[in-house]
Amino acid sequence: MRRIGGACMKPPVFGYAAPRSAEEALALLSELGYDGKVLAGGQSLIPLLSMRLTAPHTLVDINRIPGLADIVIVEDGSVVVGALVRHAELLADAPAYAALPLLRRATSNVAHPAIRNRGTTCGSIAHADPSGEMTAILALTGGSVQIATSGAENRDVAASEFFLGPLESCLGPGELAVSVRFGAAEPRSGSAFLELARRRGDYAMCGAAVMVTVDEDETVTGVRAAYLSVGPVPAVHDLTAAVAGQHVGSADWGAAGELAATLVEPDGDLHASSDYRRRLVAVLTERALPQAAAEASSRSQEAA
Amino acid sequence: MTDSAAEKQFPVNLSVNGTTKPVTVPARRLLSDALRHDLELTGTHVGCEHGVCGACTVLVDGVPVRSCLMFAVQAEGHQITTVEGLAGTDGQLHPVQEAFRDCHALQCGFCTPGFLTTIAAALEGYEPGTTISDDEAREIVGGNLCRCTGYQNIVKAVGRAQEIRTQRAGLTPDVAANADTT
Repeated sequence: MRRIGGACMKPPVFGYAAPRSAEEALALLSELGYDGKVLAGGQSLIPLLSMRLTAPHTLVDINRIPGLADIVIVEDGSVVVGALVRHAELLADAPAYAALPLLRRATSNVAHPAIRNRGTTCGSIAHADPSGEMTAILALTGGSVQIATSGAENRDVAASEFFLGPLESCLGPGELAVSVRFGAAEPRSGSAFLELARRRGDYAMCGAAVMVTVDEDETVTGVRAAYLSVGPVPAVHDLTAAVAGQHVGSADWGAAGELAATLVEPDGDLHASSDYRRRLVAVLTERALPQAAAEASSRSQEAA
Repeated sequence: MTDSAAEKQFPVNLSVNGTTKPVTVPARRLLSDALRHDLELTGTHVGCEHGVCGACTVLVDGVPVRSCLMFAVQAEGHQITTVEGLAGTDGQLHPVQEAFRDCHALQCGFCTPGFLTTIAAALEGYEPGTTISDDEAREIVGGNLCRCTGYQNIVKAVGRAQEIRTQRAGLTPDVAANADTT
């Protein structure tokens, strides 16, 4: 066939393997060590390859492996998401939404539908981008990452230990993140997610995922928030001190926002300065908390 | 590894618009490039080549995917639909194609294939007879960039495409809208 143009390839040369089982993939990754790189949805990795910002020796494509695309609601209410679950599948999953509404609220902010159709939630977390929505949700819910290695038991790493820095996780050579577990929502709690981006679907200049917990008298007992794009790793902060003991209907959410602004240390870039991001932390927190509080309040009334 | 003439080639059967063709490509051949260069289906346009602009959007098993963010070797076993596959085999335009013509929803046409495939897939989520609001239309096309039109006519075309589907289904939009509220 006649070729239009030349070789036409932006990514650098790499080896490629598409194993058909997890065992085969782990054996291969183990053999490759630092030379191996896992390819799942590829929505972050392929742009990096095309811009030649990364040049892995061999890509291990896990898309042909069966059994990695399940969403499981555990008895305690936590949600386990397999390595090949696409964002769009998590977004549409009714049991996951019922167990942890925050998952859908955050996932709907992940890029655009076409990206969500291919990109995976687990891969997004393994990518460890502090601008990513799901990294923040994993951190806020006290979730963990299930990591497999050839010839060893799986290890479960808490979100607080998984993220080491921008695009850096504790995943070592030969390891595969097989699933992530989002922690269960507490009883009498509510959540909300807000982010602000220059254009819909872009990486957020700042985003806030919040959880509010109340007691049976609808007094605020806990406020926690995780932020995107304001630090090297997803930042989780306890804001309870600002509103503890206040009634959920009249709590001073602005004070919680101001407290949050003092706790974050955002870097600036061409999209938003450090000071602007800090302002966004305060404002998004103040806007998100009443939404979460309303849900906590209605949950509390259901429980009563 | 370095770029070399001895780069390993992979045989892949690409199923595009109902036809399966074998190609031999290196692993790093993007699906977008395989469609354009190996299959000579140049309807799929390549804009930013890193997933931002949406011009290269194709349907993989019916859902929109950026063909620049997938390798051709990954496409085996999947059904790909490009803009060339939207019109009927009898040449009848797809409703979204007719709507773009009706509404002047394109100027230079570079981004158009991505819009057409994206909207065509989204329409499948609506029963003929229902309507699509402008807000819904904006959400549908939110991942595609157009530098000419200012989007107004593209948003109009989404609603128009749904009208055309409704008409082709033998319903009239008004009757259908009334039926929807009862």
